[in-house]
Amino acid sequence: MSDQAQKRQAVDALARVLGLEEPELSCEECFTQLDRYVELSLTSDRADREVPGMRAHLDGCPACAEDFRSLRDLVAAEQEGEE
Amino acid sequence: MTAPTETPAAVSTAAESRRWLERLSGNSAGRDAAVAELHALLLKAARFEIDRRRASLSHLRGGDHEDLAQQSADDALVAVLAKLDQFRGESRFTTWAYKFALLEAAVKVRRRAWQGREVPLEEAAWSTLATATAWTGRGAEDAELFTVLREEIENGLSPRQREVLVAVALNDVPIDVLAERLGSTRGALYKSLHDARRKLRAALRERGFGLELDREEER
Repeated sequence: MSDQAQKRQAVDALARVLGLEEPELSCEECFTQLDRYVELSLTSDRADREVPGMRAHLDGCPACAEDFRSLRDLVAAEQEGEE
Repeated sequence: MTAPTETPAAVSTAAESRRWLERLSGNSAGRDAAVAELHALLLKAARFEIDRRRASLSHLRGGDHEDLAQQSADDALVAVLAKLDQFRGESRFTTWAYKFALLEAAVKVRRRAWQGREVPLEEAAWSTLATATAWTGRGAEDAELFTVLREEIENGLSPRQREVLVAVALNDVPIDVLAERLGSTRGALYKSLHDARRKLRAALRERGFGLELDREEER
């Protein structure tokens, strides 16, 4: 592994331990807002403005981040099929 | 009547969502057909999720994947029908419904992947932490950062905060797997993790460490 890759891995690991210094949603709030956030992020650049605290939560919670990626990819694939 | 800011696409999406709610509610004539149609959509979402996580389920036989998808779709259908009154029309109805199937499937896959596996002991986490603090580009600060962080994790956190932080942030145990083993919920454990992180950041700041991380975009 290159020095750069090791450094990146280390910074990510440290970020998982320390989290972010900003307000974030809870897991329950994240689930409630997830569908709206996904559609906003696929159709506009307003997602983070309209759903404050979501991005910080997705950065801090690996399980919710996986749920976000899955829903985004499923909806995006469906939209592509409609076009 | 339509609000002036709504686009034709948004109007059509809202109408489609209303149709779903009408067909699924009460004793409407087409309810059985609508429920069957919804189940098919949820099954599609569950299969999508299980397919993308196939690598973590390599020990399962082919039929087991389909069983997991069916169970996920069944459980999601119950959840969606019970929560219809919570749909606020802020997304397509189908996007809202999909998230229940994806969640059911993801939780089942993570639990299945960890079935029979021990949650790693605290000791296993220290090497991860050592790696994390050795490559942050802080030079001589790095070794001290490891010592201080380990000390704060061992002595500054409550037992529950330490347990969750070590498992989820250092040993990569999925939070819902840990929740099941501890008889807790994902939300409650994430609150412990959040509080632990806040304590650690405050302790590091108090001891003179800067917290700026050169973190790259992950999502």
